[in-house]
Amino acid sequence: MKDINHTPKEGGYTCVVCIKQVPDTKKVTGEAMKADGTINRAALPAIFNPEDKNALEAALSVKERYGGRVVAITMGLPAAKAILREALACGADEAVLVTDRKAAGSDTLATSYILSQAVKKFNPDLVFCGRQAIDGDTAQTGPQIGEKLDCAVVTYLEKLDLDGNVAIATRDIGTGVETCRATLPALFTVTEKFGELRPFEMRRVMKYKNAEPEILDCAAIGCEDDRCGFAGSPTSVNKIESVVLAGGEFKEIAATDEGIGALVAELIKDHTIG
Amino acid sequence: MKNTQGEVWVFAEQEEGKLSDVPFELLGKARELASKLGVKVGAVLMGSGVEALAKPLFEAGADVVHTIDDPALKVYRNKAYRHAMVELVKEVNPQIVIFGATHMGRDLGPSVASALRCGLTADCTDLQIGDYEDKKTKETFTNVLHQIRPAFGGNIIATIVNARNWPQMATVREGVMKPLPREEGRKGEVVKHPARLEGVEIPVEVVDIVRRHSSVNLKGSRIIVCGGAGVGSKENFKLLHELAAALGGAVGGSRAAVDLGYCEHERQIGQTGVTVRPALMISCGVSGAVQHLAGMQDSAKIIAINTDKDAPIFKVAHYGIVGDLNVVVPKLVKAIKGK
Ligand SMILES: Cc1cc2nc3c(=O)[nH]c(=O)nc-3n(C[C@H](O)[C@H](O)[C@H](O)COP(=O)(O)OP(=O)(O)OC[C@H]3O[C@@H](n4cnc5c(N)ncnc54)[C@H](O)[C@@H]3O)c2cc1C
Ligand SMILES: Nc1ncnc2c1ncn2[C@@H]1O[C@H](COP(=O)(O)O)[C@@H](O)[C@H]1O
Repeated sequence: MKDINHTPKEGGYTCVVCIKQVPDTKKVTGEAMKADGTINRAALPAIFNPEDKNALEAALSVKERYGGRVVAITMGLPAAKAILREALACGADEAVLVTDRKAAGSDTLATSYILSQAVKKFNPDLVFCGRQAIDGDTAQTGPQIGEKLDCAVVTYLEKLDLDGNVAIATRDIGTGVETCRATLPALFTVTEKFGELRPFEMRRVMKYKNAEPEILDCAAIGCEDDRCGFAGSPTSVNKIESVVLAGGEFKEIAATDEGIGALVAELIKDHTIG
Repeated sequence: MKNTQGEVWVFAEQEEGKLSDVPFELLGKARELASKLGVKVGAVLMGSGVEALAKPLFEAGADVVHTIDDPALKVYRNKAYRHAMVELVKEVNPQIVIFGATHMGRDLGPSVASALRCGLTADCTDLQIGDYEDKKTKETFTNVLHQIRPAFGGNIIATIVNARNWPQMATVREGVMKPLPREEGRKGEVVKHPARLEGVEIPVEVVDIVRRHSSVNLKGSRIIVCGGAGVGSKENFKLLHELAAALGGAVGGSRAAVDLGYCEHERQIGQTGVTVRPALMISCGVSGAVQHLAGMQDSAKIIAINTDKDAPIFKVAHYGIVGDLNVVVPKLVKAIKGK
């Protein structure tokens, strides 16, 4: 990463945004679950992780307001090129696919390691991630990339301005809203409150329809093998159960004055209501 | 590295000198885990001028409170808290560390895990001690932490273990674990540690914090009336407010109800909203999607009102009323007022 005292305004800011292709978990239906309780990924459409679109918007708005360039990076299978092309169509300047069999089975620790190695290659001023990916809902990868880059980490970003090598950021802290000044380089995780991703530019859609991203494997970004994939993942899945609700027994109450009166009397008797 | 005699830790999140609810909930679970393992429960208290907060932590189940009191820790900042916590873990070597899955916990937990290169499971809904066999190597591990969480949009429940690189770490949602009854006068040991922040550059300065004073307190409510898309309109949601008022309860909503603008986002119950466990939940016009159930199915009593007799909400209900909420809710209000 760049020195703390660089003057990034000249020539603008280099922004890297980490985007992920995820199965659309909102579309999980009967067919999406196999009989053995595992997920039939093939039955689910693959989409651009929603909050990564907000992260891309954050990066594009920095470029628009202050100048610079935007590099979109994803780690995944070659099919993930689809979201890189979407990112290019919206205004990203470069697209990078990190793909390697060695990365298979990576948990967030290994994923963040591999992505941090890829990010370093671009020596960015600002790194943007989505707050969380809808397949795992962990929200861990962003802060973990930030730790590995040893840069400022600002999570739950809602608004961003830049002043030289300082970012003035507004973030949601759950119990309120915080404004902070972060010295660049910095990593941000972006929520939907940042604002929707701008629409595609038709001209760019045509231009990048079949664009090939830069393809990197683990060796190309200097990863140590034992920190990637299964080998680099401390967590393991012990068991997976599909959520099939057991048909519980309930007491049916008639929707009549009598039925409801009796229900209320019962709740009073057992001290549920006073 | 693996310290089988290590303590079970809870990160005792505080802001402006006030502990949030989560540490109390987590201490309840930590006690259970620690007694299975025969080890102590530790709470980690970081901040500036926070010594007085040790007492309530002892009364909630902590045996040891590790404090790091330093002006640089007055407001939460990732780098400062991460650094202090990482050094503390290295020094004391706990076997389990649990964080609340709050904004702060989800910022700090992953950073600490990354620095220590250990695993972290997000948003657990249950934690248990058990054995684990690695099916590939046939190695068995005894007394490891089983971290149970919904995944894939709540469609599956996964049990994650972290058998090799300890400490084993997890974040847990607010409202999921039960606090123990407060044990007045219960004492423990305070251990003070330095923050070790000399020479550590902290790249973030907090300029301003505007607190949200939420008028909605779902987690603290004994009775909740929850509305879904079936309520039909914002106007009609008033029916639920009437019922809640008659019972002295609060009003919650499903995500569909929030998305449709029937109620505020802070009222959302479920996987991506709050998790609640009230004494009584009255669910009106909610279908009972898994993501919703994840946030309410542990309610002590559930009354479901739905026109569709096959709605999944009935599978978790104790009392079911198959009918139109526009008819049923006014009847309930009348019966309660006239009791
Ligand atoms: C990653 C992810 C996270 C999610 N997180 C959450 C979450 O935190 N919380 C949450 O709630 N959802 C969540 N959801 C959404 C969830 O899957 C459902 O879409 C949502 O809970 C449905 O809300 P509903 O039951 O109000 O609406 P619907 O499913 O539309 O159900 C409406 C119900 O009202 C009944 N009804 C209609 N008219 C009447 C009437 N007059 N009287 C009585 N009954 C009537 C209908 O029979 C129906 O059962 C999440 C989804 C995903 C993918
Ligand atoms: N395989 C990946 N490729 C690129 N970015 C990723 C990947 N996995 C996670 N991320 C980034 O990290 C964020 C959080 O992901 P998660 O920790 O899985 O919830 C996502 O919104 C992305 O910005």
